[in-house]
Amino acid sequence: MSVELFRIDDRLIHGQVVVGWGQPLGVGFIVLVDDEVRASDWEQELYRMGVPPSVAVVFASVAEATAQLPAWQADGRKGIVLTGDIDGMAALCAGVDGAIRAVNLGGIHFREGRREKLRYVYLTDEEAAKLRALAGAGVEITAQDVPTGRRVPLAELLA
Amino acid sequence: MSEPLTGVVLAHAGLAGALIAAVEEIAGAGHGLVAVSNLGCDRAAIVAHLEAAIAGRPAVVFADMPGGSCAFGAAAFAREHPDVGVVTGVNLAMLVDFVFHRSLGPAEAATRAVATGRAAVTPVGCMGAGAAR
Repeated sequence: MSVELFRIDDRLIHGQVVVGWGQPLGVGFIVLVDDEVRASDWEQELYRMGVPPSVAVVFASVAEATAQLPAWQADGRKGIVLTGDIDGMAALCAGVDGAIRAVNLGGIHFREGRREKLRYVYLTDEEAAKLRALAGAGVEITAQDVPTGRRVPLAELLA
Repeated sequence: MSEPLTGVVLAHAGLAGALIAAVEEIAGAGHGLVAVSNLGCDRAAIVAHLEAAIAGRPAVVFADMPGGSCAFGAAAFAREHPDVGVVTGVNLAMLVDFVFHRSLGPAEAATRAVATGRAAVTPVGCMGAGAAR
């Protein structure tokens, strides 16, 4: 499988993704699955600026990502697939029917109504329930901001 | 005379505050710089912090890494605020120079900061290290 990391990160493409994960994994492509960015030329241009020329960037809607995932997984290069929120990743997982076995929580930051689980993960009760449902469907969910950080299993996160 | 520019240093963790403390050490108080950290922030929160720090004034945002969340937040903010310039790759030299050129317009100040910051990144001593011993 050439998609090395499925990650939820509300900062989308940024230093932790490109440098923190991208360099040690040796990625050749990053897919940003976000309907809003997919529809915005200027945001795509912005996020391309954050990625070195040696790494391909793909912007996809959830529907496009669902259709393209088998091709990305068969790609000879290593890749990262990112969504900006839990709903996006849950929709992608549901659309590809078991093809995503593990999801990394990389950054879900503070908003009104969320409670702190980790320094970089804040969740509402509803979001926690969505993650439990994903785990119940067989997806391993762990939180880890950078590769040198500790992987925190969902059960510990929500305890 | 128009209002002097506000400078916002927007960076990871505690870098912005540390840079401004260093500016103050060199140039004294009254520097017009404000620190914003991206700690715990998604892009919307970064933009909200910029709104609060700039408060409608003309400004230059000095972000740290090009391609980082600070730069993206600053670019999103500036898109809606034509009186705000954005520079990435902030360093101490460009901030110290900015403090003394706050009467410029935001675009001119941003261009100047890029030139000053680039000029400050230079090898020192290593070329003639052998000869100096």
